[in-house]
Amino acid sequence: MNASVKPNDWSAYPDAKGRFGDYGGLYVAETLMPLVLELDRAYTEAKNDPKFQAELKGYLTHYVGRPSPLYFAERLSKHLGGAKIYFKREELNHTGAHKINNCMGQILLAQRMGKTRIIAETGAGQHGVASATVTARFGLPCVVYMGAVDVARQKPNVFRMNLLGAEVRPVTSGAATLKDAMNEAMRDWVTNVADTYYMIGTAAGPHPYPAMVRDFQAVIGSETREQIQELEGRLPDAVVACVGGGSNAIGMFHPFLNDETVKIYGVEASGHGLETDKHAASLTGGRPGVLHGNKTYLLQDDDGQILDAHSISAGLDYPGIGPEHSFLHDVGRAQYLTCTDAEALEAFQLCAELEGIIPALESAHALAKLPQLAKEIGEGGVIVLCLSGRGDKDIFTVADALGRTI
Amino acid sequence: MSVSYRDGTRLERAFQRENDHRALFIAYVMAGDPDLETSFEILKGLAEHADVIELGMPFSDPMAEGPTIQLASQRSLAAGTKMRDVLGLVRRFREINTVTPIVLMGYLNPVLFHGYGAFANDAADAGADGVIIVDCPPEEADPLTDALEAARMNLIRLATPTTDDKRLPAVVARTSGFIYYVSVAGVTGVLEADAEAVRGPVERLRAASGLPVAVGFGIKTPERAAQVARVADGVVVGSALVDEIAAAAKMNKNVTEKVLLKASELAKAVRSARLEMA
Repeated sequence: MNASVKPNDWSAYPDAKGRFGDYGGLYVAETLMPLVLELDRAYTEAKNDPKFQAELKGYLTHYVGRPSPLYFAERLSKHLGGAKIYFKREELNHTGAHKINNCMGQILLAQRMGKTRIIAETGAGQHGVASATVTARFGLPCVVYMGAVDVARQKPNVFRMNLLGAEVRPVTSGAATLKDAMNEAMRDWVTNVADTYYMIGTAAGPHPYPAMVRDFQAVIGSETREQIQELEGRLPDAVVACVGGGSNAIGMFHPFLNDETVKIYGVEASGHGLETDKHAASLTGGRPGVLHGNKTYLLQDDDGQILDAHSISAGLDYPGIGPEHSFLHDVGRAQYLTCTDAEALEAFQLCAELEGIIPALESAHALAKLPQLAKEIGEGGVIVLCLSGRGDKDIFTVADALGRTI
Repeated sequence: MSVSYRDGTRLERAFQRENDHRALFIAYVMAGDPDLETSFEILKGLAEHADVIELGMPFSDPMAEGPTIQLASQRSLAAGTKMRDVLGLVRRFREINTVTPIVLMGYLNPVLFHGYGAFANDAADAGADGVIIVDCPPEEADPLTDALEAARMNLIRLATPTTDDKRLPAVVARTSGFIYYVSVAGVTGVLEADAEAVRGPVERLRAASGLPVAVGFGIKTPERAAQVARVADGVVVGSALVDEIAAAAKMNKNVTEKVLLKASELAKAVRSARLEMA
C-alpha cells in the first residue's frame, strides 16, 4: 500500500504505479506501453485543466442531460417495508445508460491528444452505442469490436451503432463475447498505434483507464451526495449498484468511500448460481490474476486459463472486474453480494409494475437485493440505488426467459 | 544493466558459438498443438533445423497474437494441455537433446497462477532455458525476474518500434539471453517485416543491451528470413510454421513432416545468408 496515503483514505488510490493495493497496474505488451504512459500524462493534464473540465461539464449538461434526477421510489419502498429507497436515474441520460458519462470524457481527451480514429469494445452494445454516439457528434470514425455471439443476440444495438456511423466488427475468436471483443480491440490498438484512441467502456484495463473511467463516472456519486442532502438533509445509509466491470458502481461509490456511515454494496451476477459454471461473479467466485492490462479478480480454471462468464444480462457477462472493486472487496470497505438470473428477472418485473420504470437487466441485479437491504437498514433509513440503464434493450431477452413471444 | 550468468546458460552459449556474422534460426511452435504427442515429434525434428526453440504456452486470451497463433492456442487447450504438460514436454525433449535451448513464451496469468517461484524452479528443472512473457512489461516484472534469476533462467524482453529512448534503459535492464525485437507494431504473423528498416533498431538495441538481438513477428518466407539474418543475431519464425501445422492437421496429412519441411527451408535460408556474409 502507498505509505503517503492516510490509512483510512480509501479515495486516494491508485498510487503512482496505477495500483489499488495489489490490484490494477500496467500489464500490456511493450508496443502499448509508451501509449498508455502517454495517455496517463495526457489525462493527468486534462484533469487539472479547468478548461477541459468546463467543456466536459457543458456537454454533460446540454448533450447528456445531467444532472440526472434522484427519485424517491415511494411505492417500491412501501412494498418492501423498510428503508426509503431512492433511484439515481442514470437511465434518463442520452442513450439510456451511464455509459455516455465516460464516453463524453474520453472523446474530449482523444481530441485533445490529436487522435483521429476511435476503437471500442462492447458486450451488450450499450458502450458501443455510447461510443458511436460521441464519435458521430465529434465527427471521428469509430470501429466497435463485438463478439459474434453478442452481435447475433443484440441486433437492435448493432443497427443503432450502424445508424450512428460506426463500423461493428464481429469477433469470432474464443467464445466470441465481450472478453474476446476486448482482446480484438487491443490487437487493433497495437497495430494502429499512431492515430488510434482506445475507448474502454468500464473501469478496468491498464492504468490510467480504471482511474480515468471512475473519475468520469464519479459524477453519479457526486450529484447523489448533493441531491440526497437536499432531499433528506443527510447522507444515505447505503448505496447499491450492479457490478460487471463495475463502472456505474465505482462512479456511485467513490464519492462516498470516506463517509464511514455510508454502507457500500455491489451486486455481482451469479447467473444460474455460484455452484454452477454459469455465472459472472469474479469477486465471489474467482481469484486474483492478470488479464486485459490489470491485476484483478478473474474467473479462471485450475490452470490459470480464463473462463467464460455467464449472465442473463450481457452487460455483466465478463469474467473480470475493475481493480478498484477488488481492492475495496479485500479491505472490506464495500460488500459484494450476488444475484441470479432468476432473481434479476423478478426484480425487473417488480420495478416495472410498481414504479413504471423498465430497468436494464444489469440494474435489476442491484434492485433484486433491495428487499434484503431495505430490511437490514430498516425504517427511517435511506438507500440510494444506481439505476444504471433502461431496459428497452432487454425486452426480447426477458420475454424469452419468461416463455412469452413478442 | 542486462544480466549474464557465470559460465553462461545454454541459451547464452548458443549465441556465443556463432560469430558476429551468423544469425541463429529460432523456431516457434505452440506446446500441445495439435496434441502433446505430435508436439513432441515436432520438437524432436525441429532440433535438427533450429538453433533455438521457442515453445508457446497456450493461453485462453492471447492478446498479442494474430489469428494463426490464436487458433494454435485454442487447439492446444482443446486437446487438454496444462502447464504441467508444457513442462513435461520440455522434460521429455531434454532426455534426448541437451544442446538446443528452449525458451518458453506466453502470457502472465498461467505463470502467476502457478506461482512465480514454483514456475521458475519447475521450468528450470524441466530443462527450459528462458522465458518471454508478452504482457509483463519491465514496470511489473520485478517479482517474476527475481524468481527467474534465482533459478538461473534467462528473461527475454521484447522491444518494439514504439520503444523510445526514454524507455530503452528500462527495457534492457535485467534482460538476459537475447533481446527480442518485435519488427512491426502489430500482432504476430500479419504484417511483414521490412528487413532494411530493422537494421537501425537492431544496432541500437545491441548497443544499449550488450546482448544479441533476434527479430520476429513478421517473418514468413525463407527470402525474408535470409534478409533479416543479414542484420540480426537471430531470426524468429512462428506463424509460418504454425500455419503448416494447422493446414496439415485440417487435411489429415502428416503434421510433423509438413512443419519440418518448412523449418528446413527456413533454416537453409538463414544459413545461406550466413555463408554469404562469412
